[in-house]
Amino acid sequence: MTQAQAKAEVVLRLDLITKSFGPLRANDAISLTLRRGEVVALLGENGAGKTTLMNILFGHYVADSGEVDVFGQPLPPGQPRAALKAGVGMVHQHFTLAGNLTVLDNITLGTESLWSRGRGRAVARAKVEALARDFGLVVDPMAKVSRLTVGERQRVEILKALYRDAKILILDEPTAVLTPQEAEALFATLRKATALGLSVIFISHKLHEVMAIADRCLVLRHGRVVGEVDTHATDKARLAALMVGGELTLPKAEAKVAGPMLMELQSVSTPDRGPAPGLKAVSLALRAGQITGLAGVSGNGQAALADLMSGLAQPASGTLALNGAPVTQWSPRTAVAQGIGRIPEDRHHTGSIADFDLTENAVLEGYRSRFSKAGWMNWPAARAFAEGIIATYDVRCPGPATRIRLLSGGNMQKLILGRALAPGPQIILANQPVRGLDIGAIAYVQSQLIAARDRGAAILLISEDLDEIMGLSDVLHVMSQGRLSPAFPRGSMSAPEIGLWMAGQGFTEGRHAA
Amino acid sequence: MSDIIDILISASFWAAVIRIATPLIFATMGELICERAGVLNLGIEGIMVIGAFTGWMAVYQGMPLWGGVATAMAAGMLFGLLHSTLTVPFGLSQHVVGLGVTLLATATASFAYRLMLPEVTSPPKIEPFQPLDLPVLSDLPFLGEAIFQQTALTWAAFAVAALTAFTLYRTPLGLALRAAGENPAAVEAQGLSVTALRMGAVIVGSGLMALGGAFLTLSAFSSFFFEMVNGRGWVCVALVVFGAWKPGKAVLGAILFAAFDALQIRLQQTDLGAVLPYQLFLAAPYILSILALILMSRRAEVPAALMLPYNKGER
Repeated sequence: MTQAQAKAEVVLRLDLITKSFGPLRANDAISLTLRRGEVVALLGENGAGKTTLMNILFGHYVADSGEVDVFGQPLPPGQPRAALKAGVGMVHQHFTLAGNLTVLDNITLGTESLWSRGRGRAVARAKVEALARDFGLVVDPMAKVSRLTVGERQRVEILKALYRDAKILILDEPTAVLTPQEAEALFATLRKATALGLSVIFISHKLHEVMAIADRCLVLRHGRVVGEVDTHATDKARLAALMVGGELTLPKAEAKVAGPMLMELQSVSTPDRGPAPGLKAVSLALRAGQITGLAGVSGNGQAALADLMSGLAQPASGTLALNGAPVTQWSPRTAVAQGIGRIPEDRHHTGSIADFDLTENAVLEGYRSRFSKAGWMNWPAARAFAEGIIATYDVRCPGPATRIRLLSGGNMQKLILGRALAPGPQIILANQPVRGLDIGAIAYVQSQLIAARDRGAAILLISEDLDEIMGLSDVLHVMSQGRLSPAFPRGSMSAPEIGLWMAGQGFTEGRHAA
Repeated sequence: MSDIIDILISASFWAAVIRIATPLIFATMGELICERAGVLNLGIEGIMVIGAFTGWMAVYQGMPLWGGVATAMAAGMLFGLLHSTLTVPFGLSQHVVGLGVTLLATATASFAYRLMLPEVTSPPKIEPFQPLDLPVLSDLPFLGEAIFQQTALTWAAFAVAALTAFTLYRTPLGLALRAAGENPAAVEAQGLSVTALRMGAVIVGSGLMALGGAFLTLSAFSSFFFEMVNGRGWVCVALVVFGAWKPGKAVLGAILFAAFDALQIRLQQTDLGAVLPYQLFLAAPYILSILALILMSRRAEVPAALMLPYNKGER
C-alpha cells in the first residue's frame, strides 16, 4: 500500500458480517475496509463465501449479523436500491441484463422515476456515450443485448454502474467469461476508473489476475478471512497456499505417444441455433491415449461440437467416422451404444435428474441394456453399480438412495464421472468437467481423466479455463465462431497466442466450405 | 361468394366487428400487461365473468353506468390481488392459480347471483350505454354508421390500448415492467422491486379484464346471464400470443377475430347457412384463429421470464 492510499478516505467498511444458509456458515465474521482509489481482491475457492459477502453488501441477502458502512453511513440491509443510492455498483457473475431490451434501456432501467411520463433517452444516450469514451467501454447503446458478445455484455454491466455514478464497483468473477485480451481491456478500464477515484472490489479465484490488478488481497476460506496481504509483498505460491489451506498441486499429464484414430470429423458443418453458431467445416481427429483440448470463449460452437459427439445433433454436411468407419445412423442412443462416455457441460440440467436418487442417476445411460432384463429393471444390479461408483470415485453421500440434488457440485460431478468412466469407454467427451468445483475436486477429476487417457481412451476436453486446457491437453484446438483452429501440439502455444485465436484471429475464413 | 362481398360492404357488419372486438381488446390488454411483467394470468375467463356480473349488478342496484364500470374494475382488481399474491410473493404455479381463480370467480358470480336474486327466473334488464353521437363523424355516409356510432366503452377500449402501448414503450414504468418479464434479476439489481411491479401489473391487468366482461352486460347486452363470457378469456390469451406480446398487433388480432365472428353470424343467414350445419359456422372463428396463431407466432419474442416465479435471495 502506498502512502497516499494509506491516508485515503475509507469509502466502505464491512464489520463482522455473518450469514448462514441452514447448517452452512457461508460468512463467518468477515470484516473488510476499502479506501478511495484502491482495488481490493477477494480471493477464495468456490464456496468460500465471496459472492455471498458481496450479495450482502449489495442488499440481495440480509446478513444474520454485522454492519455495512458506506462513506461513514450505515447501509440499511436487504435493499439493493439503498446500496445503489449510496454509490455501490455491482457487476454480477451471471449478468443481470434483459436480452430483449437495448443496451440503453438496460442501463437506464430504474434510474428514472417510474411515474414520469416520458423518457429522456437523448440525454441518457449522450451520458452513456461519454462514459463509454472516458472508460474505454465501446458498445452501441441502441443494440439489443441479446446480440452482444459476452465481453460487450460485461461492458454494459460496468456502464450500468457508472451511469449511476457508482463510487464503489464490485466485480464478481469478471474474467471467467473473457478472452485474455478482453480481460486485459477490462484491467485497463479498471485502472482508469481507480485513477478517477473509484474503488473496486475484485472477486476472483485466479491468482495471476489478483496479482496483476489488486493492491490488497483478502483471502477467504470456508467463509472466514484466512489472510489479508499486500499483493506487492507476496507471490502466487503463498496466495495459493492461503487459499486452499496447504500445498496442493494439480495433476500434470506427461506426454505420451498417441495411438490410432478413434473418432474423426471431416469437414463437418451443423446449422446455427439462434445466436449460437453451429460447426463450420470442422475437421478433428481424436486419437487413443490422447487428450485433445478445446479452448475458446463459451458460445463459439463448443456446444454444437459436444452435441454432435453425444449424438444430440447430426452432421448437416461432412462425415463422422468411428474407428475408421463412417457413421450413418447417429443419435444419443447410438452414441451410448458405441461406448462414448459423456460428461455433460451442465451437471444439473443435462447431467442428472435432480429428484432421482443416485442409483437411478447412475443407470440413466444403461437402464435399457445393462440394467434390465426382458423389460424389467434389474435394481440389485443397478444398486451394485451405483455403490461401486460411490466407493471407487469417492462420492461423499449418505448412500445410493439419496436424491442427487442433495449432493454438492463436486460429489455430483464425481458420480457423473464414474457413470461415464466405469464402463471403460474408448472415447470420452469431457465438457467443462471441473467447472464450479473446488480445487480438491478439480485435482481428482483431472487425475481420473489422465488415468483414462493412460489406459488408451481418446478424450475431448472442452474448457474455458486456459490453464486447464494447457495443463492437460496433448494437442489443443481453439474454437471461434464455429470454426476450429489447426491442432497445436503440447507446449507450442503461449496463452496470449491462444487468446488471439480465441478472439477469432488466424482463421482462414471457412467460406469455401460453407 | 357474392354473399360475403355483400356482407363486407355493409356498414352494420363493420359496426358489429368493432362492437365484438371491444371486450377482447380490454381483456387482451389486461393479459398482455400481466404477461409482459412475467405472469401468465389464466384467471382471465373468470375475472371477465366477475366483471360482467358486478358491473351489471351494481347498475341494477341503482348505481349510474359509470359506477358499474368502476365496480367491475374494482372487483377484477381484487381477484388480481388474489392471483398475484399467490403467484408473485408465494411463487405458486401460475397455471394452477390461474385456473383456480377462474373457477373461484365464476362460482362466486353464480353464488352471488342466486343469493341476491333468489326468486328470479329470467335475469332483469338494465338500461345500457347508448352509442355516442359524435359531431360530424357519426353523420358521415357509411363510415358514420360503420365506425363512429359506438358506445363510450368502445372508445375507452381503444384508448386503453393506446395508453398500454405508450406506457410500455415510452415510460420508465413500461421499461421496468418489460424488464421484469425478461429478467427479473436485472430489475432487482437496478434497485426496483420485482414483486411490486409484477403484482401491480397483474392487479391492473385483471381490472382491464373485468372491464371486458362489464362491456358485455353494460353495453353489448342489457342483462347478465351465465355462459355469456363463453371462452372469450381464452381467446384473449391466444390473442396475446398472436400479437407477439405487442399491443398494436394484439388489437389487430382482436379485430380480425371479431371480423370472423361477425362474418359467421351473417353467413348463417345466407344460402350457405341452409346447407352447412350451424356448428361449423360457430367453430369457424376459432379454427381461423388457430391457423393465424400458428402463422403469426412463430418468430415472436416471448418474454423470457414468463411463468418463472422470482425468489429474491434464492441460491
